Amino acid sequence: MRAPRAGALPSLDRRPVPAERAGGADRHGRDVDRGTLVTVPDSSLAPAVVFHDVSARLGGRTIWSHVDLEVSQGEFVAVLGPNGVGKSTLVKVALGLLPAVAGLVEVLGGPPGAARHEIGYLPQRRSFDAGLRVRGADIVRFGLDGDRWGSPIPGLDRLFAGRRAAAARVEEVIDKVGASAYADRPVGELSGGEQQRLLIAQALVRRPRLLFLDEPLDSLDLPNQAGVAALIGSICRDEHVAVVMVAHDVNPILAYLDRVVYIARGGAVAGKPEEVITGPTLSRLFDTPIEVLRTSDGRLVVVGQPEAPALHSDRHHLDGHR
Amino acid sequence: MIRLAGATGIGASGAPSLTWNVVADVRQLLAFHFMVNALEAGTIVAVTAGAIGWFMVLRRQAFAGHTLAVVGFPGAAGATWLGLPLAAGYFGFCLMAALVIAAVPRARQGSSRSVETAVIGTVQAFALAAGILFVNLYQGFANGVDALLFGSFLGVTDTQVRVLLAAGIGALAVLALIGRPLLFASVDADVAAARGVPVRLLSAVFLLLLGAAVAEASEITGSLLVFALLVMPAATAQQLTARPRLSMVLAIVVGLVVTWLALGVAYFSPYPVGFFLTTFAFGAYVLAAVGRHATALLDRRAARAVVPANGRA
Repeated sequence: MRAPRAGALPSLDRRPVPAERAGGADRHGRDVDRGTLVTVPDSSLAPAVVFHDVSARLGGRTIWSHVDLEVSQGEFVAVLGPNGVGKSTLVKVALGLLPAVAGLVEVLGGPPGAARHEIGYLPQRRSFDAGLRVRGADIVRFGLDGDRWGSPIPGLDRLFAGRRAAAARVEEVIDKVGASAYADRPVGELSGGEQQRLLIAQALVRRPRLLFLDEPLDSLDLPNQAGVAALIGSICRDEHVAVVMVAHDVNPILAYLDRVVYIARGGAVAGKPEEVITGPTLSRLFDTPIEVLRTSDGRLVVVGQPEAPALHSDRHHLDGHR
Repeated sequence: MIRLAGATGIGASGAPSLTWNVVADVRQLLAFHFMVNALEAGTIVAVTAGAIGWFMVLRRQAFAGHTLAVVGFPGAAGATWLGLPLAAGYFGFCLMAALVIAAVPRARQGSSRSVETAVIGTVQAFALAAGILFVNLYQGFANGVDALLFGSFLGVTDTQVRVLLAAGIGALAVLALIGRPLLFASVDADVAAARGVPVRLLSAVFLLLLGAAVAEASEITGSLLVFALLVMPAATAQQLTARPRLSMVLAIVVGLVVTWLALGVAYFSPYPVGFFLTTFAFGAYVLAAVGRHATALLDRRAARAVVPANGRA
């Protein structure tokens, strides 16, 4: 993993490197990035996700370019950055929903979209329509066989062993996410946290090796954020599922993370959280002075991060020069 | 054919009289071939419209369904004017309109959706205007307008029943083939797409099915009352249960009961079948909605009584 190339973001490399850096005086920012690129934590397993020099365009606009990324099996990786910077786009490229315009993308050893049955996906959303009269358990069941042709016929679940096993698996995974109490209620009537747990169950029901979660903590209150974050952390650890999670706030998941990818200004930086979420690294990425404060309870606060509108206009500006 | 309706049926065969003896009344009703045809047609339409309408309600595509129905009106009026079978007009126009709507990308963001509804609204108004032109081009057809807009059960021919049956079986077979992925895509399009479900193709196929269901229902309920069979039974069923399979079965049952009742009552009364059909369906919906809210209220009371300590939460 490394920073965007000089051509993509000229200002990034011209910026003088501050003398004092987190993680050692002699440690250069770019070395942090390169070091992560060559590190393979477990060589016996193929990486879950590999991005090599990848660029993505959406609606004729380059969202980001020259991104390198590697997620090992069983790793918990967060994709961070301000709103509108292309975090969800990164997930969509990895899922094969959006083609990469340049570079190499490999997911579970194949092209994106090839290993669908081994991947769980939770897209960004607000919530289900309050009037949606479908049970939570049905939503989970979609994850198991919702893509199979045909129609479910009433009564068959009790007749065939395969159907019984499917129903049992749905029950088991609902239990795992702690949603048994409300899985039979219409999903539209459930709270955001309850819906989110059921959707995580849906993503998990086929025992995937890789999970993509797009802002799963968004619109949850703080206790629910902590609960869902702990659930995802335990799934990653206990079931050895690689998790790629898009978030705009790193704090609820900081304790569980192996690595973070920080996207900004058309490029990305990856590494361990304590290496990437530092004042100097983020200052260099955004080309503006940024401070990272650590509160007494270990939470990180990023100060001075540019907001989305500024980034959008930057993006147009950069496009014009490409 | 509907334009013959005034001449045949009740008037020609003596005034029907209600004996309040159900068996005798039903026997009296079934003695007439046109009534048997009407019941057969109504049954086919209720099943088809119930199943497809259930998905329409789930997918929040009632506006598209209404547009297809309104487009069916000039189709039927044009067919009458040109001397073609009524079904040809309904199916031709409804399926064509379904293809057009399918070609318009289904917008997700608020801004482009309003453009889409504006386009559909514009087309609807034009379709109604074209329909009334065709009606006027066909002289002496003025009595048939009521039937085209608000439905008629008189003069359903054997051929019409066979066409309805073939179209109904075809539509339901396709629906059975795509049912599970369609349900997935309807509830959760993003995840379904990521799982490899062809969401856009399914959406187009479903609009064609909806076009067929609307064309079928129009022949019984008329263009303006198709929702009596497309929306009301499905909405009623979705009030009653959140189990998808049970809910769809209930929608079909409600549609059937409402249709049979309406045809029976309409036979013995001078008023149009569309009114009875819609009224009974409306009654079923109101009952289901009231029942659901009452149960929810009782449940909440019960829950509060069981856990008084946690009453605040």
